[in-house]
Amino acid sequence: MDRHIQTPITEELAQELHAGDYVYLSGSIYVARDAAHKRMMEALDAGQELPIEIENATIYYMGPSPAREGRPIGSAGPTTASRMDKYAPRLLDLGQRAMIGKGKRTKEVLDAIVRNKGVYFAAVGGAGALLSKCIHKSTLICYEDLGAEAILQLEVEDFPVVVVADCAGNNLYETAILEYRSESLL
Amino acid sequence: MIRTIQAKEITEHIKEMCIEANHFLTQDMEGALKNAVSKEKSPVGKKILGQLADNLRIAGEEMIPICQDTGMAVVFFEMGQEVHVDGGSVEEAIHEGVRQGYQEGYLRKSVVGDPLIRENTRDNTPAVIHYSIVPGDQIRITLAPKGFGSENMSRIFMLKPADGVEGVKNAILTAVADAGPNACPPMVVGVGIGGTFEKAALLAKQALTREAGSHSGISHIKELEEELLERINGLGIGPGGLGGTTTALAVNINTYATHIAGLPVAVNICCHVNRHAVRTI
Repeated sequence: MDRHIQTPITEELAQELHAGDYVYLSGSIYVARDAAHKRMMEALDAGQELPIEIENATIYYMGPSPAREGRPIGSAGPTTASRMDKYAPRLLDLGQRAMIGKGKRTKEVLDAIVRNKGVYFAAVGGAGALLSKCIHKSTLICYEDLGAEAILQLEVEDFPVVVVADCAGNNLYETAILEYRSESLL
Repeated sequence: MIRTIQAKEITEHIKEMCIEANHFLTQDMEGALKNAVSKEKSPVGKKILGQLADNLRIAGEEMIPICQDTGMAVVFFEMGQEVHVDGGSVEEAIHEGVRQGYQEGYLRKSVVGDPLIRENTRDNTPAVIHYSIVPGDQIRITLAPKGFGSENMSRIFMLKPADGVEGVKNAILTAVADAGPNACPPMVVGVGIGGTFEKAALLAKQALTREAGSHSGISHIKELEEELLERINGLGIGPGGLGGTTTALAVNINTYATHIAGLPVAVNICCHVNRHAVRTI
């Protein structure tokens, strides 16, 4: 099913999303990857506030290439989400709603999605030029010294993603491949 | 007769190759992706392959890197033994080319200097360089920016001779199945069989730079490539890992002699953005 949705994604909205749905996202999303997540954990450990509004936040696991003059961003496709698995459950427990990345997640993350009524979307890996066209504005939020790993806020329009893991515990990566698996060859 | 090549010429070529490889795929790779669209059985798979084709067009037309992970620069530097390089060190000339290419080409700087301290070097240096001395008076450079989504899913297996060809097949299928959606399928699978631990890995990396659709000149290895491509595509992983019949675009296997006690197998996985540029000076 194709859906056009506006961020922030609420608990109610997340519950309407099912693994396999095609979703076109519009609105504000955050960008953070490995080093930014590590810093956010260190901030939490030190009893400090997070640098982003975590309630109902969508975090895109991505590190863009530099923008050419007059453009909001460079190439901007998803990075492998599993590297954030260590950090994601804690942020989901704090109110983060959605993650955008690519690739498999651990059971801990999938459980945290169910527990918190979250959602994990995949964007097409290796389509950074195409995806950059859906990003209209990019604002640096913090950790500028991390370069491509700084936290950004993006304004996106009809950003194409697929629901991989939903809050009912479905996982598209596990189910979709069965349909095209050819046992006779394996 | 010794031919002299200026170090700055090497730098200039490397710079241009970094930019070229990150915006344009070689024709064989582009062709392999196009062929895949018509063969793919899954509608979702077809849709994703279509998006990848659009992505390539936008990258070239608007000079936006094909993928934001513009890679760590891997350089195969084959130097003719009748070449003399003047005006500086070859090694520094290569790093300088990478430095200039990644800066001028708006490419992402993805390299950290110390693997544990992890401070970004901010110019994507150093490159990973593999030198070889060859006959002749030319230099042949292959530059392959390697993204780490797929690099992280690569594996090496030190099999026993008794494991034989079945063991090799299982190792390759295991590596690809485990990589799944993480490695941005459809993938190109580079395999090195034989040699020593590090030789197998190097063979696998070199295999990735072989033309997609080309085959090993050794008949039983060619058969192995064909069989494995079919079986990998039977895994069902598909484009983006969302199910389908196109999991790999090519399986390229390079081999080398090995020890009586061993059967090393390295599987270097590359995503569909299997970038490389080749030039001869």
